[in-house]
Amino acid sequence: MYNKEMLESIKKVEAKRADNAVLEPRRMTADEKDTLLATYHPDYKQNEFAVLQIGANKGEKVPTELAALLQANSRIRPDSVDLEKVDYDVDVLVIGGGGAGSSAAIEAHNGGANVMIVTKLRIGDANTMMAEGGIQAADKPNDSPAVHYLDAFGGGHFAAKPELLYKLVSEAPDAIKWLSGLGVEFDKAPDGTMITTHGGGTSRKRMHAAKDYSGAEIMRTLRDEVLNRGIPVVDFTAAIELILDENGRAAGAVLMNMETRELLVARAKTVIIATGGAGRLHYQGFPTSNHYGATADGLVLGYRAGAKLLYADTLQYHPTGAAYPEQIFGALVTEKVRSLGAKLINCDGEAFMHPLETRDVAAASIIRECSDRGKGVHTDDGIGVWLDTPMIELKNGEGTIEKRIPAMLRMFAKYGIDIRKEPILVYPTLHYQNGGLDIRPDCMTTQVENLYVAGEAVGGIHGRNRLMGNSLLDIIVFGRDAGKAASAHYKDVTVGKLTLAHITRFAEEMKAAGISTDMVSPKLLPTYTHGNPNLTEKAF
Amino acid sequence: MENMVSIYLYGKKYEVPSNLTIMGAMEYAGYQLVRGCGCRNGFCGACATIYRIKGDRELKVCLACQTKVEDNMYIATLPFFPLVKEVYDIEKIKPTEQIMMQLYPEIYACIGCNACTKACTQGLNVMQYIAYAQRGEYEKCAEESFDCVMCGVCSSRCPAGISHPQVALLARRLNGKYLAPACGHLEDRVREIENGDFKELLEGLMQKPISEMKELYNNREIEK
Ligand SMILES: Cc1cc2nc3c(=O)[nH]c(=O)nc-3n(C[C@H](O)[C@H](O)[C@H](O)COP(=O)(O)OP(=O)(O)OC[C@H]3O[C@@H](n4cnc5c(N)ncnc54)[C@H](O)[C@@H]3O)c2cc1C
Ligand code: FES
Repeated sequence: MYNKEMLESIKKVEAKRADNAVLEPRRMTADEKDTLLATYHPDYKQNEFAVLQIGANKGEKVPTELAALLQANSRIRPDSVDLEKVDYDVDVLVIGGGGAGSSAAIEAHNGGANVMIVTKLRIGDANTMMAEGGIQAADKPNDSPAVHYLDAFGGGHFAAKPELLYKLVSEAPDAIKWLSGLGVEFDKAPDGTMITTHGGGTSRKRMHAAKDYSGAEIMRTLRDEVLNRGIPVVDFTAAIELILDENGRAAGAVLMNMETRELLVARAKTVIIATGGAGRLHYQGFPTSNHYGATADGLVLGYRAGAKLLYADTLQYHPTGAAYPEQIFGALVTEKVRSLGAKLINCDGEAFMHPLETRDVAAASIIRECSDRGKGVHTDDGIGVWLDTPMIELKNGEGTIEKRIPAMLRMFAKYGIDIRKEPILVYPTLHYQNGGLDIRPDCMTTQVENLYVAGEAVGGIHGRNRLMGNSLLDIIVFGRDAGKAASAHYKDVTVGKLTLAHITRFAEEMKAAGISTDMVSPKLLPTYTHGNPNLTEKAF
Repeated sequence: MENMVSIYLYGKKYEVPSNLTIMGAMEYAGYQLVRGCGCRNGFCGACATIYRIKGDRELKVCLACQTKVEDNMYIATLPFFPLVKEVYDIEKIKPTEQIMMQLYPEIYACIGCNACTKACTQGLNVMQYIAYAQRGEYEKCAEESFDCVMCGVCSSRCPAGISHPQVALLARRLNGKYLAPACGHLEDRVREIENGDFKELLEGLMQKPISEMKELYNNREIEK
């Protein structure tokens, strides 16, 4: 249970709870935020980044762990794969069975394409399944897509590609309507009005939710729809390289059965990368909220084939990862907990910041509290600040927690912590890949023809920081659009002779740049040994 | 020195630190998981697990990523269970009692043993939501089953061969699509956008220099 230091600190939190609950902490000024980020946000730690020596982003910096994978060896020798022996031949190949991939597949199917999904684990074993808080859409009378645009553009440090953000906000209400039409249950008032809340950085309450299982509710519905349509889903099968045709256009992928390691060839007229994020690369040693397969594979596949990355140097550290108990270290405590009224409190019981600053600002502020300010609370092997969950019911009445955030209640109850009565300890966790592959508004990559990208693997929709609720939104909006675009486009595609020459070329470039490594990529899965002294961590 | 406990993975004994989850303990023992591990945080249902504590008669079930090891725990994972998933066209079916009879008639063979409820890794009242489904009370079924992660343990214990998670999913989709109240402001907004009502405003924003966008952003009014 909570140790002595924690229990003593909790007393201070309790003593000031009533005052803190009604307090509206000041929001930081733009200058204060800039200084805070530059001093404390992990993205600004120069020694944690490496400059790419080859490829489309040569000369740009990315996290060292990602650089190592982008500039690593292929898992295959190009001459060892027989591209004449085609195992799957489709119009649209979707790589990744999360929300983006499933939406893309459904729309491609609507468009009449012969579409197939390959996915590394099972369909739905994905970050999408884990999203708790909700999905944004400007559909209330006091809101508009223009306000949504401004919130997202500013929250992303004015770096989003305007034409992508335009699509995100203006197709948002239709995305919600589409999901409702598929049977996704949203929290609604008896008259059908959506129950919406704020998220960090929103200026209107536009967060739609399905309790705190928003992503699960969306994902299980999309999965069911994929299955109802008979769209083939090849699970436990990872794409390990893209295949191009002789004209340099995407034309399929080399697949690997994750259990038997058998290699298979998929030929396709169009390919959609929907492989999601990178939390399992544990940048800078951070724990992560992400699913087991979040290893940036899509970025590696695309990069080797010549695609360009955008903002791959920006990661999102979610301010509130669980810091205690250690069994759930790094697991997400949804932002909705703050939307509902819980505040961030330091060891002395002080509400040290406004709870709904953007994520990067909130994370940096917690790191400052726990480092230079010395106001963190120590666990036996870590540190964190309080998220005072009992405030929620103080403000909204008893029963609110069970009704609105049952997953959080359950997650902590398993370890004997009743979040209705006790605060929980949090610290930033690696959460989201803001950057990714660079695309045009029709989702095709800027460099490789017939290669589309959707979801967390895309860079540029959100700029350099993403607001809560805009990612579930982007996977639906751009997932659908990628599926529509690919199924409209494949009809004009004639696939030329298949080749893996780009892999050979990439290896040669590596050699010329003097890069020599044992590492292979994509990583596919992390390896954990939890400190067993008799085991050495052997990459999957 | 860490506190160690003995566990039995598929019958074989390992010594592992007592603070690990079952999933962590398997990795500590040297397993590289491929199956039986998805989200690692209680949302995907990939890691259904059955265990028995030595000397105890009762079989228990859990999610391996959400449960701490205990001394003398015999562990078997259930990474896959052959649930029945019927296909249907969501646009064509109706939220009537008939649809369950047609797609999942076995729910009417429930003998009321309540093994499903006892087996639920999420602590849901599974038998109750099946009862709601039998009566065509889809809204109640949806509410009662909402936290289901579809791990399939309930079905593994069911003498009637019911695929509870799939029944519940159908009920939720019926509820979400047909029974939940329609949302007027959403319909209105979609229509306005189709009309092009916000196009000019948005295009205006897209053209603005960053300095002006910063002004607008930093001074925007925030709803209380
Ligand atoms: C805990 C958590 C909470 C979140 N909460 C919210 C929220 O409240 N609101 C919000 O908007 N966003 C939220 N997000 C972010 C959002 O859920 C994700 O960014 C989004 O769902 C990503 O969807 P995706 O389809 O791009 O990727 P995913 O859903 O991760 O799917 C990617 C799929 O590709 C597979 N894959 C990976 N590599 C390969 C390969 N080489 N070959 C084949 N398949 C592969 C993966 O296994 C996975 O199935 C949250 C994320 C997490 C982790
Ligand atoms: S791994 Fe997803 S529920 Fe355990």
